[in-house]
Amino acid sequence: MQLIENANQEAVTRMLSADPVLIDVIPASEAIPALKDHMILHAGPPVAWADMCGPMQGAIAGIAVFEGWASDLEDAAAKAATGAFDFHPNHHFDAVGPMTGMTTLSQPLMVVENRTYKNRAYCALNEGLGKVMRFGGNDASVLARLAWLRDSFGPAVGRALRSGDGIPLKHLIARGLTMGDEMHQRNVACSGLLLRELAPALARTADDNDELAKALAFIGGNDQFFLNVAMAMGKSIMDPVRNIHGSSIVTAMCRNGTDFGIRVSGTGDTWFTAPVEMPEGLYFPGFTEADANPDMGDSTIVETIGLGGFAMGASPAVAGFVGAGAASEAGNFTRTMSEIAAGENPEWTIPAMDYLGVPTGIDIRLVLETGLAPTINTGIAHREPGVGQVGAGVVRAPMKCFEGALIALAESVGVK
Amino acid sequence: MSSTIINEVRRGFYLDSVALMRFSRAIASLDGIEEAALMMASPSNRQIMADAGLLDATSDGAEGGDLIIGIRAVNAEAAETARAEANLLLDTPTGAQGEGQSWRPKSLRAAVKARPDANLALISVAGDFAAAEARKALRRGLHVMMFSDNVSIADELALKREAQSLGLLVMGPDCGTAIINGTPLAFANKVTDGDIGVIGASGTGTQEITCLISQGGGGISHAIGVGGRDLKDEIGGITTLMALDALDADPKTRHIVLISKPPAAAVAARVVERIAASQKTFTVCFIGAESWQLPDNASLALSLKAAAEQALGGRALFADFQAGALAQPAPAAKVRGLFSGGTLCAEVQTLFKAAGEQVMSNAAIPGVLDLAAPADAHKIIDLGSDEYTQGRPHPMIDPSVRDQALQDAIKDKSVGVILLDVVIGYGAHNDPAGHLVDSLGTALAGDTLIIASVTGTDADPQNRRGQITKLQAAGILVAPCNADATVLALACIRLNR
Amino acid sequence: MPELTRYMEPTMENNKVTNLLTDPLDVINIGLEGFATELKQQGVAVTHVDWSPPAAGDPKIADLLSKLGT
Repeated sequence: MQLIENANQEAVTRMLSADPVLIDVIPASEAIPALKDHMILHAGPPVAWADMCGPMQGAIAGIAVFEGWASDLEDAAAKAATGAFDFHPNHHFDAVGPMTGMTTLSQPLMVVENRTYKNRAYCALNEGLGKVMRFGGNDASVLARLAWLRDSFGPAVGRALRSGDGIPLKHLIARGLTMGDEMHQRNVACSGLLLRELAPALARTADDNDELAKALAFIGGNDQFFLNVAMAMGKSIMDPVRNIHGSSIVTAMCRNGTDFGIRVSGTGDTWFTAPVEMPEGLYFPGFTEADANPDMGDSTIVETIGLGGFAMGASPAVAGFVGAGAASEAGNFTRTMSEIAAGENPEWTIPAMDYLGVPTGIDIRLVLETGLAPTINTGIAHREPGVGQVGAGVVRAPMKCFEGALIALAESVGVK
Repeated sequence: MSSTIINEVRRGFYLDSVALMRFSRAIASLDGIEEAALMMASPSNRQIMADAGLLDATSDGAEGGDLIIGIRAVNAEAAETARAEANLLLDTPTGAQGEGQSWRPKSLRAAVKARPDANLALISVAGDFAAAEARKALRRGLHVMMFSDNVSIADELALKREAQSLGLLVMGPDCGTAIINGTPLAFANKVTDGDIGVIGASGTGTQEITCLISQGGGGISHAIGVGGRDLKDEIGGITTLMALDALDADPKTRHIVLISKPPAAAVAARVVERIAASQKTFTVCFIGAESWQLPDNASLALSLKAAAEQALGGRALFADFQAGALAQPAPAAKVRGLFSGGTLCAEVQTLFKAAGEQVMSNAAIPGVLDLAAPADAHKIIDLGSDEYTQGRPHPMIDPSVRDQALQDAIKDKSVGVILLDVVIGYGAHNDPAGHLVDSLGTALAGDTLIIASVTGTDADPQNRRGQITKLQAAGILVAPCNADATVLALACIRLNR
Repeated sequence: MPELTRYMEPTMENNKVTNLLTDPLDVINIGLEGFATELKQQGVAVTHVDWSPPAAGDPKIADLLSKLGT
């Protein structure tokens, strides 16, 4: 159908012409004026408290205590159950969040501006590894770290970014791909590159050497620090692609631990959801599949722009997470994902695949025709709140989301 | 019973966490191991290992750049075995872990992207899906060979019109055989390269003719399949006419053989018009047609064998084959033909009819009775037709389709001769003669005569000579071609009278 | 009755068929894998498509896909 081809062409053009720049870190209350007291933004499509998985409820209890809306975790859970908090997806407020994806008033958010389309997207700071709120962690150590991010680290990075023109991300990603990152399960190179860009400005704008050292060590000690930057970038790239009449390109994929949801350009802001699947992968010692929570997080936005599972070929080390795949087969994932993509990104290329561009623009028609679901590289959370990450692996987007979207898209262009 | 925990620290030994996770899983799955992990000794990893009950005092001094092997086992022996295994894994370079599984495209789109110079799509998916795949292939500039059947005639026409407007060839649907520049496609034989081009609406007809030409010392430039319905009114011979154009323009092709069932009159007129416009010579075999008005540069052949002989410039094939000398008196008067090749079945009917014998068939040619007719006639069965192949592979792929019919014919006291084809070549069963002999078992001891021919060449994977030897060793009378087998069958029943 | 094809002199377009007869074969095989295996054994360039029915055989989705086109 020519209408769809043209619309998809436009969608891919918008994706490829994006110019995302990391410009600031500011409190969520400033970034998202619509965010009010007692509002909690979470990852994935809409979900009610009763339907939330353990880690999601755990994170909500923790963040409510953190915001001072509850005296303790039990009180927070009781309040949540009686409707004291408004739950909304991050995606409804120009934001994304990893795993549980908690976003509330006082949290510092990274701001990525897409300078071509003048839109901004937001994501919280990565908390590091171990026991963290994105995996449902909510004890005192988790809340203390969040407080430090809010009071010291976030403002410091914000000051550093504001002192310059921001950090353009497109080329940084291009370099990261050549250094073995796929920007979802592996962000070692990009985290390092970002630190290199950020360190001088952090030093210049710091007023306390101890806090500066702490900040530098925090970034340097967190291989996944860049993930949240990549997510905000992904959101900033995909938002201008929404609402192109007839386009069958996916503009968002995310999951809330209960449902997987996608949005498609031609069908606007409608979510097409299906029960989320369990990731397959490798578990940390002491944990097995029985401990795993169904997949969670807005981080699938990176697959939506052609990174993560789609860029596996750049990141042979990550292919091991699949459990079965040899590193030498990493490129097969990328080749397979290019079967469901409308185009390739000529700037984000994979040297080991003869500079093949990462697959760009997931076309729901190709997904359904080939039966190839988008492959997502993901972390695995423990099913109980507060335990944290127990492994990492791969999960596939449920076909049912794409079926629903295709039916709606057909309707939108008058095809029965 | 208490567990045994052992730790080992490898100082300054770094491995990526992904590699270590895979090793950890391998060690943890060993017999007698409760839990195991190989991790770099960062504080967060040490915490994970401690939580998993994997640390003892040995690893106390380990630092970030050190690797800890932590094993908890049911006893010391299991723990030590696992420790040795862990060290072996760490010290063995992984290198290439065997043949990497190569990528396979899931869609035509991806395949064409990977092979931009591809020029032909060979489509054999179920009929419901074949037209859609063929359309995609055409729109990506590929010629199409559709092996698939059960494609609607409306789809066939639409595809062929689209192909024609693009200057592309659609061979089929239901095109079993083609040879393009010496390459056999789908069901085809390894024949000698040469200057005779074949255009065939019939797969086995094309196989028989190309093999006979090859055996007769000639060679094939190309054999283009057009599909069984191309010369019907509805399609109008689109592919046949395009193939005629192509072979006419092909410098390698000197002579052209056209083989089909008798075409619709209006279509035949266009084909004949096109033949008349060519400088080349033609042999036309409209199997079942006894006469046809043809231009001077074309001659009509009544059988596949005659077509091959005419294409060879009138050279007689198998002149030393004497049906009379080989013939034995048949124990009963009737012939039962059990064919995997539809056109071979039609050729037999033609020859029986010409010999004045009454024939009936489930795939009757003009002038032959339908199988349901209340008549006492020779029954020549096409086992490749729909009633036998519904939900089963074609008898050329799975010759067991013929087994039951063969046993029935042997038990039928009115049957004196069973006439068979054995079709080999690419696509076909890897040993149809062997299967036939096995399925006969001891039945051969009966006195029913079994006569067969082998369509194929010695260059085929099954080897024609070897197939003939197997048949002969089992007491089957083997003629050099299907037409000669028919003549032999006729001679045998005449000795009975 | 549909319009019959008229005989035409071979045109540039028609030469594509001539190219098929002269250029090296480069086959995309969709369906029976045996055909691809045999071509490979003969040294012919062949790419096998690991095909499955569109929409895993769901007729409604397959119908919509055919209308929305890829």
